[in-house]
Amino acid sequence: MGLYIIKRLALMIPVILGITIISFAVMKMAPGDPTSLVTDLNPNMNEEAIKRIRAHYGLDQPWYVQYGKWLRNMAMLDFGRSFAPDNRLVIDKILERVPITLLINVLSMIVILSAAIPIGVMSAVKQNSLFDKATTVFVFLGFAMPTFWLALLLMILFGVKLELLPISGIRSLNYAQLAPFSQVLDVLKHLVLPVFVSGFGGLAGMSRYMRSNMLEVIRQDYITTARAKGLDERTVIFKHALRNALLPVITILGLSVPGLIGGSVIFETIFAIPGMGQLFYQSVMMRDYPTIMGILVIGAVLTLVGNLLADVSYSLADPRIRVGD
Amino acid sequence: MRAQRLTVALFCVAAVLFSGCNGSEKASDKAAEPQPSATQPQTQKLEPAYGDMIIRGSIGDASVLLPVLASDFASFDITGLIYNGLVKYDKDIKLVGELAERWEISRDNLTIRFFLRKDVKWQDGRPFTAKDVEFTYKLYIDPKTPTAYATDFLKVKEFKVLDDYTIEVTYSEPYAPALGSWGQAVHPRHLLEGQDVTQSPLKRQPVGTGPYRFGEWKTGEKIVVDSNHQYWEGRPYIDRVMTRVIPDPATMFLELKASRLDQMGLTPLQYMRQTDTQWFKDNFNKYKYLAFGYTYLGYNLQDPKFKDKKVRQALTVAINRESIVQGVLLGLGAVAYTPYKPDTFWYNPRVEKFSYDPEKAKQMLAEAGWKDTDGDGILDKDGKPFEFTIITNHGNDVRKNAATIVQKDLKAIGINVNIRVIEWAAFIKNFINKRNFEACLLGWSIGIDPNQIDIWNSKKIGESELNFIHYQNPEVDKLLELGASTYDPDERKKYYDRFQEIIAEDQPYTFLFVQQSLPIISGRFHGIEPAPIGIGYDFIRWYVPKPLQKYTIQQ
Repeated sequence: MGLYIIKRLALMIPVILGITIISFAVMKMAPGDPTSLVTDLNPNMNEEAIKRIRAHYGLDQPWYVQYGKWLRNMAMLDFGRSFAPDNRLVIDKILERVPITLLINVLSMIVILSAAIPIGVMSAVKQNSLFDKATTVFVFLGFAMPTFWLALLLMILFGVKLELLPISGIRSLNYAQLAPFSQVLDVLKHLVLPVFVSGFGGLAGMSRYMRSNMLEVIRQDYITTARAKGLDERTVIFKHALRNALLPVITILGLSVPGLIGGSVIFETIFAIPGMGQLFYQSVMMRDYPTIMGILVIGAVLTLVGNLLADVSYSLADPRIRVGD
Repeated sequence: MRAQRLTVALFCVAAVLFSGCNGSEKASDKAAEPQPSATQPQTQKLEPAYGDMIIRGSIGDASVLLPVLASDFASFDITGLIYNGLVKYDKDIKLVGELAERWEISRDNLTIRFFLRKDVKWQDGRPFTAKDVEFTYKLYIDPKTPTAYATDFLKVKEFKVLDDYTIEVTYSEPYAPALGSWGQAVHPRHLLEGQDVTQSPLKRQPVGTGPYRFGEWKTGEKIVVDSNHQYWEGRPYIDRVMTRVIPDPATMFLELKASRLDQMGLTPLQYMRQTDTQWFKDNFNKYKYLAFGYTYLGYNLQDPKFKDKKVRQALTVAINRESIVQGVLLGLGAVAYTPYKPDTFWYNPRVEKFSYDPEKAKQMLAEAGWKDTDGDGILDKDGKPFEFTIITNHGNDVRKNAATIVQKDLKAIGINVNIRVIEWAAFIKNFINKRNFEACLLGWSIGIDPNQIDIWNSKKIGESELNFIHYQNPEVDKLLELGASTYDPDERKKYYDRFQEIIAEDQPYTFLFVQQSLPIISGRFHGIEPAPIGIGYDFIRWYVPKPLQKYTIQQ
């Protein structure tokens, strides 16, 4: 097992290298560069000024030199400085946005799991029942409904009409004056709508997945055996069937590790949440190469680590799948 | 806000990329007219008082708070509160002294001598002197400084500090926009000298001489500035200005509705319909005034179809610009006829207007050889149908909608128009700069100074230069050069009047419209007096009477 993990880790290096080369190349192929927003159609810019700004960012060099420089710094875990006018350290820009993104994603993941698993199980056990059909409609409604539209409707209801919840942002104006406990409460209040909206949208995938897993499992021989043993239905479903049906969920969880720090632009824009999605979107639009690469590298590493974690924990959870023994 | 820097002014409006039409949550330097009094809440006689906070909505976060490095509106919106220039434009768009008490211009128009105010202190208590101005000048022209605003300062031949409060700048040739260019923010020498300005902590914690001092910046969330009690023009009434970043205009409007915002820029739809309720009338004041910018349809003059000015005139006659203003802007704008703002000194109202008349357009096109010879409903010439593509940038619905109306109008006289919407960077690099377009629908900001050499000069046709439609007219070149080197406004205006006549005659663009800025501000703010330059010019004199104050600020 230990050897297996080491092998997998070693294999990650060329994969990540490949990912960065492809990302860098694709990024460079997109028209425009970081100076575009400042220099394009700006009467104050002449050729010389544009050259000056390009040289400042090292954009006057060929792409492989730029990539080489970036890679060398990256090898020392130096993400470099942003090409946006703020010129801040990329790592600072990313880290200041990770906590809120992580918080929302973890919370909505919890919401999704705690709603999707029961829904999936129940609709599998009572397949084709009214409950099954109703929940199917419900989860697909969430899946199909545009996030921004649902968000605006909820904002109007809870924010403007009922005045129960804040509309956007992550903190109240008087946040700094609040007692620590009220501060937590304040942030939570701000998170209710975003977490609900993103949870509602993600419900369909997970609950349908759960349902089909469960359907598969309850047709297995060992379930028949359990029933034949005379176990009551509750034990059959929740002890024997559910545990087996949950196994593939580990894979899904592993795959969603990179998603935990990735945000959605539309969603963050509508709720005015300064998260990763907005940062990435703005960086792409500004052709802020170091920030784009920084986010992509972190995403790539998390994806690979997530995969590895999924494989390892799968083999720990399921005695039928053991590698290296 | 108050003194939005002049250099920003001529920046292409398209730079306000994702804002659609409402990049105007700054009610700044725009000429204004007050709303009819019916929509105003009752104005009680209430005394000015210190205190309270104004919360403004902004669709984008600032990027950097050192004006020399900034290039986006959101940053200048904040730095305008923190820094001063030597000069500024007053409410009537006249240059007046700010950090410079007065100035003298030499008889040959080559030298300007500025006499600086002696009572100005930086927000950290250090005195402001001529050395700071010298440092700022050197900072801008330093090749190592990645600034977009060096051009005007590079024209300075000699910069002399005569004493602590007097400086003298000499130009090699008379340059009329020179004086206005000294409205650029003065940077503090004692905090920046000898440092790499791109790494300075002042980027996020600025120190200026202006009415507000930096308070707090939570990236992507809000920027807070507090009033400078020692401000040389007097303490501003409003204690705190909070600018909240709310990227989505619909969300921003809901925040306004929930009274969690005091000021934002409205879209025409929000202005006409959504705020037309009793509650809004009781609690808010709306303002509208023409923005410093226009939208146009530019023709690639290298394209054989558009070489003949008769054809271009006919296209303008065929487009119902009044209906674009009504349909796209809900009437909140004005038809543009020249590249100047209709309510300003430089505008020439006597140019040929080419009013809408589809029959006349057909006739003009027939004279130019475009007739429907094969009876398919489309005009043709030498066997080729009249068909072209208008390109415009993604993310601006006003432009896209205007293009659709143009398409409909031209279809009516037998011209096929296609519309293509392209992401900004690709739009510029692959289409505009490569001259790979037939017609483009874009906008320009209109500078306060009338100099427009960069857009119309015959030589400015290189890649990434601004005369991308290849307009070439020797008389225009000469007029613009004369205009730029003439100081006397009345004499200068003659050149620009003639320039506008020629441009109107040549129709290298079909000038479409000038939009209105539509700020809405909570009714508890008093002392807002719309003027030709807008409403933000005397922001430090806005106040909330004591009984109406909403927030208590502890500094």
